[in-house]
Amino acid sequence: MNVKALYSDDVTKGFLTWSIIWGLVAVLVGVLISFQLVFPQLNFPPYLTYGRLRPIHTNAAIFGWGIGSFMAMFYYITQRLTKTTIWSPGLAKFQLWLFNIVIILAAVSLAMGYTQSKEYAELEWPIDILVVILWVIFTVNIFMTIMKRKEEQMYISLWYIIATLVGVAILYLVNNASIPVSLFKSYSAYAGANDANVQWWYGHNAVAMVLTTPPLAIFYYFLPKSTGVPIYSHRMGIIAFWSLIFMYLWTGAHHLLWTPIPDWVQTLAMGFSIVLIAPSWASVFNGYFSMNGQWHQMKDNYLVKFFIFGITFYGLQTLQGPSQAIRTFSGFIHYTDWVPGHVHMGALGWVSLIIFAGIYYLVPRLYNTELYSVKLANVHFWLAVVGQLIYSISMWIAGVQQAAMLHAMNPDGSLHYSFMETLTELYPYWHMRAGGGVIYLISILVFIFNMIKTIQNGKPAPGVTAATAGTV
Amino acid sequence: MLDILERKPVILLLCAAVVIMIGTAVTMIAPFKWINDPSLKIAGVKPYTPLQLEGRDIYIREGCNNCHTQTVRPLVADVARYAPGSTDGYSKVGEFVYDQPHLWGSRRTGPDLARIGGKYPDAWHYKHMEAPQTMVPKSNMPKYAFLKQPLDTSLTEKKMKALGFPCTPAELDAVKGKTELDAMVAYLQKLGNDIPWRKVAAAAPLVGDLKNPYSGNPAAVAEGKTLYEQNCAQCHGANLKGDIGVALAELAKPEGEIFSTIYQGLDRLGMPAFGETLGKEKIWKVITYIASRKGQK
Repeated sequence: MNVKALYSDDVTKGFLTWSIIWGLVAVLVGVLISFQLVFPQLNFPPYLTYGRLRPIHTNAAIFGWGIGSFMAMFYYITQRLTKTTIWSPGLAKFQLWLFNIVIILAAVSLAMGYTQSKEYAELEWPIDILVVILWVIFTVNIFMTIMKRKEEQMYISLWYIIATLVGVAILYLVNNASIPVSLFKSYSAYAGANDANVQWWYGHNAVAMVLTTPPLAIFYYFLPKSTGVPIYSHRMGIIAFWSLIFMYLWTGAHHLLWTPIPDWVQTLAMGFSIVLIAPSWASVFNGYFSMNGQWHQMKDNYLVKFFIFGITFYGLQTLQGPSQAIRTFSGFIHYTDWVPGHVHMGALGWVSLIIFAGIYYLVPRLYNTELYSVKLANVHFWLAVVGQLIYSISMWIAGVQQAAMLHAMNPDGSLHYSFMETLTELYPYWHMRAGGGVIYLISILVFIFNMIKTIQNGKPAPGVTAATAGTV
Repeated sequence: MLDILERKPVILLLCAAVVIMIGTAVTMIAPFKWINDPSLKIAGVKPYTPLQLEGRDIYIREGCNNCHTQTVRPLVADVARYAPGSTDGYSKVGEFVYDQPHLWGSRRTGPDLARIGGKYPDAWHYKHMEAPQTMVPKSNMPKYAFLKQPLDTSLTEKKMKALGFPCTPAELDAVKGKTELDAMVAYLQKLGNDIPWRKVAAAAPLVGDLKNPYSGNPAAVAEGKTLYEQNCAQCHGANLKGDIGVALAELAKPEGEIFSTIYQGLDRLGMPAFGETLGKEKIWKVITYIASRKGQK
């Protein structure tokens, strides 16, 4: 039976192409704003200042690169796991168009200064409405595909996909509620401490439902596909799934420790953040134990490096995160560079390495060819890891140093350092961080070159071949 | 049970939604009741005037919250730095009831601004926004000179109505003809001024022996010169001839009084308090430097 007849993969190809483009934009803007922090003359007001560009960086990364890749892979995975074709390929094609329109509108409107100002929820209300339409189309299409599936049992990746669909919908609708004043301006429906609490319930669970459950869905599907070994424990995966989506929602207020929101909300967030280590590490162990007797693949199979480093960074991320959620430690490092260091270990180390692995797996299969160069894939891997580590480690040191300086007191009870004395100490670290960013940018260019070459070697879909049908 | 979940996607979807809603109900929905508690209201906190609101919208438009927070935490160093002189100058729930959206931020690339209102005179802010490095050497803040463009007031009334803020026709008229920078400065000068933390601070007496321990000490003069250039020259001039601040070269006041002024600030003239950021010893060194310049050209 012909694979191409059974599955509709054009939309996966389209989403992958565009997610890579938006990923490149995110990294380019990221490198630019990292230099702006060291050289303020690189700000070009009004459109290209740090204040307007930083949301473009985060939105391009999370929504353009992250969500774009996840949409591509969810369509691919869902079809294989349900052994059926997309419910509506036409709707999926429309979704790709709408997705790109939304991302372009987002970039332009943010540069123009149209923003709701809440982190990762900056887009003004007309674009929010487009995002909701986009998400409803996506949800209906994926869910209807699952409904008409030909494989009764749903593999764990589908669980994570379903949780993502419902989770993002709830979060996005609640946090973006606003009072429009004009087409380009609105005010949040919530005020002050209420607004802050809603925002970080959203903000931290965007990390759960956009940057954790989708990469886990991908990890659980592509690791066995790439290595030929099954996941170590389905049961552990199930327990981890339910405890993860239960606990995450309690933790948002760890972004608001020592602020005026009620103490008990902060304490709950702190406690649940620590307990969240258990389900996070269940997935890490599931990855490690699956490799039992297969560790030689770290050397033989370039894809395994991406998966195992990715899940390892996830493990580190989910230990560092809870430690920052403890009041005393938060009081020390919050508002410093420690936090961007943490975020980028998750974004560049965990999420992006897993997405890269998924793309490396998919592109040769989608275009009926082999990867152009495994050697370049390895170069990409090491540049990405080194660039990310330079970024994160320099920011952790910078954060601890600035925190220590900000808290230093003289015997008479006065502060030992002025704010500016602590800021000027950061410049060397910011140079290092920009260097790490440039290395990461080079790794992305190597990756894109490899992808273009691979696709150029692509062959038109073969006729009926039993061999390829067997690999689905 | 688990078997059903693995075979019935609708049930799985509903169960996932319920599980997500439990933590949501407790930590996102329930806190509204606590935060909106009438006992947390602060009588002095007033809504924004049209000009202040327009300034706040420019603050939002320029993404100032990407580098500046607006919450002082109840930590010794936070209060000393951002609410100097007070012991309870940290942020309270009742201060933010008119903030839609909140602007607490998540990263202090620049300093917290929750108590910036009244710390500097307007003239300082105008100069600083135009070219931050002239007022704060080595600052990495971008220049916002372009804010000198006229303020768009076409939506002002609509905005005030949308937020339910009271305003008079006179206040709405006052916005016309202003620049964006005027609005921004008006907003910054309101921040933190609705609660009485600063008055408490001013009332605190300065105790101890106000004698300069460094009088005539050449090492202290050199150190004081550096401190002066970093902290004072922007307003009082590199040559002590005065600018935004008064001329210090010929200042005929006892050193003890100068010390008090630097330590506690002078609200009336927009002189910030340096007690918490410089400490006693550095302030005396600055005074030693100022004294050494008397009678010089």
